[in-house]
This record gives sequence, C-alpha cells and structure tokens, in this order.
Amino acid sequence: MALLEVDTLQTHFRTPDGVNRAVDGVSFHVERGETLAIVGESGCGKSVTAMSILRLIPEPPGKSAGAIRFGGRDLLKLSEREMRRIRGDEISMIFQEPMTSLNPVLKVGRQIGESLRLHQGLGRHQAEAQAVDMLKLVGIPEPKQRAGEYPHQLSGGMRQRVMIAMALACSPKLLIADEPTTALDVTIQAQILDLMRDLKERVGAAILLITHDLGVVAEVADRVVVMYAGRKVEEAPVRRLFAKPRHPYTRGLLGAVPRLGSSLEDRAGRLAEIPGMVPSLKTRIEGCVFAGRCPEVQDVCRRHAPGLEEKAPGHVAACHLSLRDQAAAA
Amino acid sequence: MNAPQKLLSSAPLLEVNDLKIHYPLAGSLFGRARRVVYAVDGLSFRIARGETLSLVGESGCGKSTVGRAVLRLLRPTAGQVVLAGRRIDDMSAGGLRPLRRQVQVIFQDPFSSLNPRIRVRDALAEPIRNFGLAADRADLERRLHRLMDRVGLPREALSRWPHEFSGGQRQRIGIARALAAEPDLIVCDEAVSALDVSVKAQIVNLLGDLQAELGLALLFISHDLAIVEHMTHRIGVMYLGKIVETGTRRQIFVRPRHPYTQALLSAVPVPDPEAPRRRIVLKGDVPSPIDPPKGCRFHTRCPYVFDRCRTEEPALSEIEKGHEAACHLNARPAGENPLLGGTFA
Repeated sequence: MALLEVDTLQTHFRTPDGVNRAVDGVSFHVERGETLAIVGESGCGKSVTAMSILRLIPEPPGKSAGAIRFGGRDLLKLSEREMRRIRGDEISMIFQEPMTSLNPVLKVGRQIGESLRLHQGLGRHQAEAQAVDMLKLVGIPEPKQRAGEYPHQLSGGMRQRVMIAMALACSPKLLIADEPTTALDVTIQAQILDLMRDLKERVGAAILLITHDLGVVAEVADRVVVMYAGRKVEEAPVRRLFAKPRHPYTRGLLGAVPRLGSSLEDRAGRLAEIPGMVPSLKTRIEGCVFAGRCPEVQDVCRRHAPGLEEKAPGHVAACHLSLRDQAAAA
Repeated sequence: MNAPQKLLSSAPLLEVNDLKIHYPLAGSLFGRARRVVYAVDGLSFRIARGETLSLVGESGCGKSTVGRAVLRLLRPTAGQVVLAGRRIDDMSAGGLRPLRRQVQVIFQDPFSSLNPRIRVRDALAEPIRNFGLAADRADLERRLHRLMDRVGLPREALSRWPHEFSGGQRQRIGIARALAAEPDLIVCDEAVSALDVSVKAQIVNLLGDLQAELGLALLFISHDLAIVEHMTHRIGVMYLGKIVETGTRRQIFVRPRHPYTQALLSAVPVPDPEAPRRRIVLKGDVPSPIDPPKGCRFHTRCPYVFDRCRTEEPALSEIEKGHEAACHLNARPAGENPLLGGTFA
C-alpha cells in the first residue's frame, strides 16, 4: 500500500460570486521514500492540494471532499485533535517564505525543539540539545550558537535550512515542500536542493514537492503530476515526462521554458507561447480544461472532459488527442 | 556641451562611469564610527541604441540600485550617468524632467505597480500628456489604441480597472505605460520574474518584438539566467556592488572566465532529467555589503581562492575584445588556470 493515497480530492471555496473549484477531483499516490512533484502554474490548485492533505484549509469557506488515505486512515475523517498529532510528526511541511513562517520572537533552537517536546515528550533541555543536532544535520555552521539566535539574524538560505530542520525533527514519513527554493537565490537554491536530496537518503522520508519550476522537478523528482485548472492532466515518471510528454499543456510548458545554451544558436528563437490564460475556476467547465488554449483543440474537447488514460506503465494523461494517436499507432 | 554634434550621435545612448552608491547607516548613540552600505561600488558600462544589456547577480548585489540610479530615482554618491551625451547624475529635478521621457521603467510586480484607482486609459494617457506628445484629443486616442495593439491587449480594455486583469495582462499594461512616453531606454527591473512560465514566455517574446520594431535599448535586470541568455546582447555579472565579468552573451554563457559566473551558471536547475550535472556548489552566503571582504570580494566563497585574492583586489581585465573579467587566475598561464575548463553551455 502506498504511503499516501489521494483519491478524487475536491477542495472548493465558497466565494461571494460563486464556488471556486480550486481542486476538482485529483487523485495520486506517494510511495514510501519517493519524491513526487506536483507542477503547474499559479492557480492550478497545487498548493491547495498540499494544504488539503494537512487539513489546513479553513472551513468555511473551504471544503474538501474525497479521501486522503495516510497509513490506512482517511485524514479527511479525523478530528482536529487527531490531526494535530499527525502534523509536524508523521507529515510535516516546509513553506516558500521562511521569514514569514518562522516565529520572529522565538529563538530558532526553541522553535525546532517545540515539535519534539509536543510529539515525543522530550524535556526542554533535551529538545533543545536535539535541535542543535538537527541544525548540524542541515549544514548550519556553529549550530550551538545559531540555535540561540532569532530568525532575523539569519540569512534567507539559513532560514530555509532551519525550516527543514524543524520539519525533519520528528523524522516524518512524509515531507510536503511547497516551493521550497522559489524565494532563494540560485546559488543558495543549489545548496538547498543538494541538502534535500542528501537528507532524503539519510532520513528516508517521502517528499511531496510543490513547484512551478521544471528545472527543480528535473533535479529532484522521481515522478511528476502536472496540474492545470484544478485537475490532474498528466502523470509520469520524471524521465518519461520530459522525454515523451503526452498532454499538450505539458508540451507547452516544456517549450515555454528557456534553457541555458541558447547562445550557441546564432539567433535566439522565440519562446513557445501558450496563448491566452487559465480559465476561471468559478464556472463549471464541461469539456477539457485546457481546450481554450490548446493548439490542437477539436470539437470533442469542448464537449467532453477527457478521462485519464494510461499511455505506458505509470504514465497517464487526460487528452482526447493522445487517445487518437494511440489508435493510429495500434 | 561643446562637443561637436557628430561625435554625440555616435556616442552610446547610456554611459555609466565609475558609479558609486553608498548608504550611510544611522550611527549609534555613542558616536561609534558610522558604517556605510556599499550598494554599488565603482561600476561602469555602456548601452548602445537598440541594445540589451543585462545585469545579473543575486539579491543584494546592487543590480536594482544601478537601475534606480539610471532612472535618477536616486542621486549617485559618485561617478557619472551620461544619457545621450548629457550628464544626468547631478542634474536638478527641474532640468531632469524633459529627459525623463527618454528612460522609462517596467517593474517586477504587476500588482503593486499600477494604481488600483486609475483606469488603464488614464494610466497610459498620463505620460503622453505630461510630455505633450499628443497634438489633440484625436491624436491621444490614436496613440492609446496603438499602444494597446502593440502590447496585444484589446482596445476596449482601456476603460477597465487594473484589478480586472491577470498578472500577465497587467504586465502588458506596464509595458504600454513605459512605451507611452516613447522612450529610448527601458529599465526592466525583474520585469518577468513574477510571471508564470507560459505568461513569461509571452512577455519575453513581446519585449523582443518591441525592441526590434522600435529600436529600444533595454537595461534588463534579472536573476534568471536562462531568460537573460535568451534575450540579451551583452551581460554584466554583478557581485557585491561590482561587475566581476562582462561580455557578449556567447562569451559569458559559453566561455565564462570568472569563478562566480561559472558557479552561477552551474547552479541553474536544468529542465532535463537526463542532462549531466556539473555543479559547483558555493559555500556559505553572500557577505554583507556593509563590510565587504578585503581583496577580491568573492574570495570568501571562491573554490579556487589563493593568497593573492585575500589581499589584492583584481581589476577587470580584457580576455578578448568585449570580454572582461576580474580574477587573478586569468593572469596565470593557460595550463594553470582552472577557469579554462572547455566550453560551459
């Protein structure tokens, strides 16, 4: 059984001008020890998916339906009390902006120790001693001294290391990382990605990585889920996704990313564009969610939403056209 | 100005000479020596008409401060900013006003750079009126329509409010506003950094088209190296207030000759899981510009540091025509220079 199974998750928000279907029937699973990346652009529902797993969606106006099975239990059915025992212990999360997600008036050692005291019943001194070990684990120089400092005394890269130390303190089975390197400079991002890869091997936690950056996906993910307008449009092992993307949106995304090395060509070509923009999530979309921007759109796409079809082992895509391609190939 | 007109017309559009921007920090109560942030510390570059120069570097390297000095949103501590042959760094606000038309700006955040209470029409008409560019009402209307066509927005959108647009569309409005003044140079300060991948591609292509069509020069300030390589002519790599390497896009991206440039390029995640990784991971963080390291400013993080770097600051020296780097390693014979590791890209 997979570590985490998300089954037709729907997270909707009630707003004054209609229901916002932020996540609209998304299923995926995360195996023990693997890194699954969810990619997509702003508003595709990737962060709401992450927040739904931890039950951090305020209800109302939000409401999650479906099932989120973790270790045999459905997280959506747990009480808030039971959920609190899971957060920070079995599932923990790192956020994009370390400055706003650390408490500015608590010393970092104390913040890291907090979850150890809460979940593992350690005393204050024990917890803070272990916090120093965690800081060492995430590569912070002079960990003992740093543990006694406040977040504002640390650089952005160090704050993100503190966040990771805090998330890993209780050896979670699943780490959810929401854009963990987006706010960082590129040389610091390289350090943090290295750290995450290294820690994954040492700690053995599975990682659910939420990102918009296909470069980061290629570097750390084992499998990838591509989301668009609240739905999963494609899922594949990472190499397969980059080599043989089957959904036009995935192909569009890959084409729109400039890559280093363009100066080797004499003239920079144009970047591939995906025309138009993401549809409003407040109206129910009958057909394919990508139909309005798809370069290969057909009549059927506007009438019927394509189901997810398996293209190869572990590779699914929701596109009428790739069905036709397959029929042609058969 | 007593230089002959002919000389002026062949001069670069923008010339920045030994620019310094220092911010004194508030002194302590007990009169300790005042400390100074050396945000920009001796920087020179030129931009020709129709050319794109990109300044790249990490947070705090001073790239945005340079942009603000070129826009004269701040007065430099020392050095010169020469726009089309006229020094603007020490000009008064009144003297500057007619020249402001020539240099416009596009900001990073399309949500905070448009006034939410001003309709698109008025946001675009303001610079046209300020600089007296329209002959009459009909001409103003024509200009507004042309701006909307240029940036790919429907003309009806003129009467709408900023909140009715998506991030990409707002950035198009920001571009239209910059174009309204008919500038020669646009400072793009992280102009595409906040946009989604698919929208970013649209805006990058739009900027390229506009440059080709209108002969605009761009000062493109960005931390996104892949975008920079895609759209620039020349690059200045900045580290702690200085340019450490400068050259054409091919020189910088294919044969970089400064260890910081090489580390930056190697740190960019490659969107290809099959690509070989040759990453130079730098230790530690960028030091503070309050008290920059002695000698070479990069020596605290440089993988090739040796004694000379700690005491003597390297100057920019020519590698080949148009390509300069500030690194002592380049003074060594080729066999002993670790920076010559073949092509990079």
